[in-house]
Amino acid sequence: MLHIQNVEKSYRKSGLLAKRSEKVLHGVSFSCHDGECLGIIGESGSGKSTLGRLILGIEKPDHGAILLNGQPIAQRQVRRGQISAVFQDYTSSINPFFTVEQAIREPLDGDGRSRADHGRRVDELLEQVGLSPAYRTRYPHELSGGEAQRVCIARAVANRPRYIVLDEAISSLDVRVQVQVLHLLQELQSVYGMGYIFITHDIQAAAYMCDRMIIFRKGQIVETIDTDRLREVQSDYARTLLGATIII
Amino acid sequence: MKIWKKGSMDKTGSLSLLVVIGVIMAGLFAPLLAPHDPLAVQMSLRYAGPSWEYLLGNDQLGRCILSRLIYGIRPSVLAVLVVLLFSVLIGAVLGFAAGYFRGRIDTWIMRICDVVLSFPGYVMTLAIVGILGVGLENILIAFVLTKWAWFARVIRTSVLQYTEQDYIRFARATGMRHGQIIRRHVIPVTFADIAVVASSSIGAMILQISGFSFLGLGIQAPQAEWGMMLNEAREVMFTRPEMMLPPGMAIVIVVSAFHFLADSLQVALDPRLRQSGVQHDRQPEHKEVPVRL
Ligand SMILES: Nc1ncnc2c1ncn2[C@@H]1O[C@H](COP(=O)(O)OP(=O)(O)OP(=O)(O)O)[C@@H](O)[C@H]1O
Ligand SMILES: [Mg+2]
Repeated sequence: MLHIQNVEKSYRKSGLLAKRSEKVLHGVSFSCHDGECLGIIGESGSGKSTLGRLILGIEKPDHGAILLNGQPIAQRQVRRGQISAVFQDYTSSINPFFTVEQAIREPLDGDGRSRADHGRRVDELLEQVGLSPAYRTRYPHELSGGEAQRVCIARAVANRPRYIVLDEAISSLDVRVQVQVLHLLQELQSVYGMGYIFITHDIQAAAYMCDRMIIFRKGQIVETIDTDRLREVQSDYARTLLGATIII
Repeated sequence: MKIWKKGSMDKTGSLSLLVVIGVIMAGLFAPLLAPHDPLAVQMSLRYAGPSWEYLLGNDQLGRCILSRLIYGIRPSVLAVLVVLLFSVLIGAVLGFAAGYFRGRIDTWIMRICDVVLSFPGYVMTLAIVGILGVGLENILIAFVLTKWAWFARVIRTSVLQYTEQDYIRFARATGMRHGQIIRRHVIPVTFADIAVVASSSIGAMILQISGFSFLGLGIQAPQAEWGMMLNEAREVMFTRPEMMLPPGMAIVIVVSAFHFLADSLQVALDPRLRQSGVQHDRQPEHKEVPVRL
């Protein structure tokens, strides 16, 4: 279980004369079960990526706690092998000096298996994300956006983590590739059974992927709803969000 | 390192590497290589032109210019490299700490750098030499003490722009150690920037050392040093302009070899530049920051 308990976060903004701090997250609490796909939907600037970084333990919350199976996620050993991530910007997601193989091997490091085992695992992963083993020696700048994002997904599932945070993972791909990647993510979930935290501003993609959705606005949770009961949303904000996409 | 294995250095780079290694070797083995005693005065050969015995001719005191050039490598090139090594090392450690961890460490390190950098370099060096006494070693210590801050600053800036990259976020999220992240992800991508700044400060340092020698604070008079040789040639600039050539060319060749080397290292290390770098040779002045897409 992943528990997010009353998390708050502010950033210091240095203004012209004085420094003031701006609160980005206001007491956010929720939890995510193993194997669940939880959507976090909100407009730009609502603090979704900030929340994602906190869940990944890259930054620490000012107040509150984020616990993975009861242990604080900020500790490196707690995260190791348990949590992973796919980011929006595929151009900066892979070290430009690394080949595809080196990138995918990275999370496998130090799991006690041999290099040959890792090599086989890389082949298996490439096949699972629909790329041929010939991609092993490519550099990131030689990949298209969709291919790069597939490599990032292969890397994220490589060490079979418990949870993956997907921060706008499909937003910068074109629509046809978006659908393919969504399918791929669903397939991988059925193989590995990990939980997804699917951060997006695209309510349609979220409705397609997620079991449960959190509507997020200005650093606060507006509403949490099961996807099956999406039509029954209570809050006005969620209705406008939903309405906007249905018209389109 | 992996560049040698791949053998992906271009021709200019390999040639520069040869020049650099050759010069360093010549400096180390100067007593074996120099045809004459660099200090032996022979007034009968004053300003003599090149001959088989004295390949580059003789200076105003009839000393062998070639031998003086070879001995001059020690203070001019080897000493500068040692200074560079130490100041880049200190600068890199502090710059990496500041740029990677940021927050309070960053603030402290940068404030200290500000203090060091707020004094003009020459004044600081003079003050330190004033305290430690005259001599090449003290000039070198003073250089390290004044130059590290500048390197720390440049390296921090370079590191800062990479720590925000998603591949570093990914590495941190999956629980990789900070040391390992720096070694794997930060050092390789910043290495090219560091090599370029380091190589571009070599020329300035050679001339600064000679500047201090001219003031009588560094190398003392009869000893050979390139900047000082240039200075001695300056006195007869209009009557014997050819005297400027040997030390001048030596400085130009060494400085450009380091520049070219840094440049081809950058190309050889970066897979994005490697393919295009082979086809068209790049200009040495053209310092290309790795393409960020
Ligand atoms: N490192 C930071 N320092 C200062 N302010 C920040 C930082 N990160 C985020 N913010 C601020 O926090 C707010 C929320 O940013 P965040 O990136 O979390 O939004 P988001 O919901 O992910 O938006 P988008 O959909 O555009 O990605 C923004 O106002 C942003 O300016
Ligand atoms: Mg975001």
